[in-house]
Amino acid sequence: MSNFYSDNKHIKFHLGHPLMKKIISMREMDFADKDNFEYAPRDFEDAIDSYEKVLEIVGEIAGDIISENAEAVDKEGPSIVNNEVKYAKGTQENYDALKQAGLIGLSLPRKYGGLNFANTAFVMANEIVARADAGFANIWGLQDCAETINDFASEDIKEEFLPKFSYGGATGAMDLTEPDAGSDLQAVQFKATYDQENDQWILNGVKRFITNGDADISLVLARSEEDTQDARGLSLYVYDRSHKAVTIRRIENKLGIKGSPTCELVFKNAPAKLIGSRKFGLIKYVMSLMNAARLGIGAQSVGIAEAAYREALKYAQERSQFGKEIIQFPAVYEMLSVMKGKLFSSRSLLYETSRFVDIYKSYQRITDDRKLEPEERKEMKKYQKLADGFTPLLKMISSEYCNQIAYDAIQVHGGTGYMKDFPVERLFRDARITSIYEGTTQLQVVAAIKGVTSNIFLDRIKEYEKESLRPELVFLRKILIKMTAEYEQTAQNVIEMKDDELLDFHARRLVEMAGNIIMGYLLTLDAMQDDEYQNVAEAFIRRAEANNKEKVYYINSTEQRDLGIIKQ
Amino acid sequence: MKGYKIIVLAKQVPDTRNVGKDAMKANGTVNRAALPAVFNPEDLKALEQALRIKDENPGTTVTLLTMGPGRAAEIIREGLYRGADDGILITDRKFAGSDTLATSYAISLAIKKLSPYDLILSGRQAIDGDTAQVGPQAAEKIGIPQITYCEEVVAITKKSIQIKRRLERGVETVEAPLPVLVTVHGSAPDCRSRNAKLLMKYKHAETVTERQDGTDDYLELHDARPYLNIHEWTVDDLNADEEWLGLSGSPTKVKKVTNVVFTAKESKVLGDKDDEIEELIQELLENHTIG
Repeated sequence: MSNFYSDNKHIKFHLGHPLMKKIISMREMDFADKDNFEYAPRDFEDAIDSYEKVLEIVGEIAGDIISENAEAVDKEGPSIVNNEVKYAKGTQENYDALKQAGLIGLSLPRKYGGLNFANTAFVMANEIVARADAGFANIWGLQDCAETINDFASEDIKEEFLPKFSYGGATGAMDLTEPDAGSDLQAVQFKATYDQENDQWILNGVKRFITNGDADISLVLARSEEDTQDARGLSLYVYDRSHKAVTIRRIENKLGIKGSPTCELVFKNAPAKLIGSRKFGLIKYVMSLMNAARLGIGAQSVGIAEAAYREALKYAQERSQFGKEIIQFPAVYEMLSVMKGKLFSSRSLLYETSRFVDIYKSYQRITDDRKLEPEERKEMKKYQKLADGFTPLLKMISSEYCNQIAYDAIQVHGGTGYMKDFPVERLFRDARITSIYEGTTQLQVVAAIKGVTSNIFLDRIKEYEKESLRPELVFLRKILIKMTAEYEQTAQNVIEMKDDELLDFHARRLVEMAGNIIMGYLLTLDAMQDDEYQNVAEAFIRRAEANNKEKVYYINSTEQRDLGIIKQ
Repeated sequence: MKGYKIIVLAKQVPDTRNVGKDAMKANGTVNRAALPAVFNPEDLKALEQALRIKDENPGTTVTLLTMGPGRAAEIIREGLYRGADDGILITDRKFAGSDTLATSYAISLAIKKLSPYDLILSGRQAIDGDTAQVGPQAAEKIGIPQITYCEEVVAITKKSIQIKRRLERGVETVEAPLPVLVTVHGSAPDCRSRNAKLLMKYKHAETVTERQDGTDDYLELHDARPYLNIHEWTVDDLNADEEWLGLSGSPTKVKKVTNVVFTAKESKVLGDKDDEIEELIQELLENHTIG
């Protein structure tokens, strides 16, 4: 009997962020649905109350069912039976419980049977589910695919497919990667051909490393334009499993997230429908899908980190050596403090990013109805830029932190943690993928460095700087202002070299410096609302300050010729 | 008519599953303030059996019937969030102090008022009193058959129902004509979770008393949406004989309640000889710890 929402006040804390009022009233278009749908909120308070109550359901299912099944699911894993993926018993139970509870299609509009929840609430649900079982969070989180259909497909396709999620509880998959097109999706060779006779698209080819590959509904990236080699020849399709035109060649045997089936698929003359316009598959739709998925990995990372931190804390409080609980030793409590700082800061970054995405996407939805006012358009652009900058920053930082926290969680357990008897070893294995899939950390840096060079991060930092603080928090801002000056100068130094290779070389360091300052501010602002954050913020910022100084020293002392000794 | 009309008897109980040291008052009575009030677990399982019949048989309606103070309306909402269609709260100060006999009298009157119906489901027993009497007594008073210890409704037709019963040493499947009262055993499947849409639809559902006392800002909704009104029935609504209710209708008198705390001293050290182990097994079998 545990509830992963109500036992974690920090999620509720972020739900109470002042910006939620704006986000919800935009999402609800000033509560236009209130008399048309029995379950639509009447006002902001009603909506927040519903969010809380629904997150309680998610928390209950996560605590009582999903987390209870996690160990068995990790052992059993999925299998292929008669060319269909059969989930582990626990996985099926988990999904059935969420489906029964009406939790598929959380953010879809009500007219398609969805709950029209703001993205931030969906991300919260994702964090809660990932804490219970990260592998399962993938299967459930893939309802993101429905969101992509809603954003870009024609009305006919929406009406055909979206209710399958919200009423039918359909599962989703995004079929992007191939044996020779992983990080480099422009290289996709999978073919879509238009069958004139039957007036429909036909898919042929092989997809590899497809999470939940045997989903009811799949979004498939395919080359629709003959004789093209780059991104501009790719389109996005929706495929319905009931056509039975796909062979599941194998399920990968992975290090972690074992409950989540990773499939190799062969499409043979599979009928499919085109989403949006031809040639926009990768450059527009998949980019949007990937951004949502990256936010999802952020939630997954924070969920795993929460689980690992809790396990470590509990063990350190219970385990005695040398006549006292090990948490009393500086070496151990420091580890726990570092873990807590990383957990809280990545969560604050997660929800800050989700809020940006929410505002930007709500404006996008409004544009379906009417033209935006110049002020609104300006604001949409601002939040779009912030969402684009913060999403890779979040994906990179939260996934790396999640790995570090899981690593330290085992360390706190000592030899016991290395054994299969405790859940930390599973969390450690599950964590490992987060910094790899949906774009590796190294590729997130490639996207996030734009936040450094185009000043998205710096501009935002300057906004945080202006927020009013309680007197006892002002000293933290002083440290952050110094860190900002250092960051600005160091980034400037690198940019002025006008050497792309050197910029690439230092990119991760620069992005991390910006991230440290941003998270430092977010924790300080959190401390304005809740005292518990003050110690966390101070401990985090002091370490971040030292960490940034190390980077400054290294960046300023490295020149182009030094790359010669590093190059392999 | 399509489907079945099902009544589920439910009780709000103090959650005795997570008992802390302040769970009992000095005088041996339950300290209700220290324990959260919950949907009696086996009644929830009875609701699940009802909802499964509803899933399979379109047109089926599930009505929750509970007796208790005003706050017991909460379990009706909990039922609505899971798929029940409506609920009735039997509430009146005159019911205070009712034992199982007086309670089953009131419940039986309410059931009669809800006639016709096909099936009545309830939990085997409530975790506060553990008597397992109210369901069977109600069936007796109404004059319909009863099947206790149900683990699963195997089949239902317009004429009869087949029930798998969980007994101490095995299971048996029995059949009875409708209408029938069935009490559901703890080994039956757990109830489904609350459904997000139903929760948002019914979260403003209230009894008249709650609306009068409450601070709900959505009062105007209750006129537009009649399903948000949880019915309250009093002694007058049931045409009950007051003599049979409350303390006067309750022959059960609690003589003494003792708070039993097991201590380490009661433990027993056993050797590893066969006869000692045999003795332990016998003892555990006799007191039903195993077997």
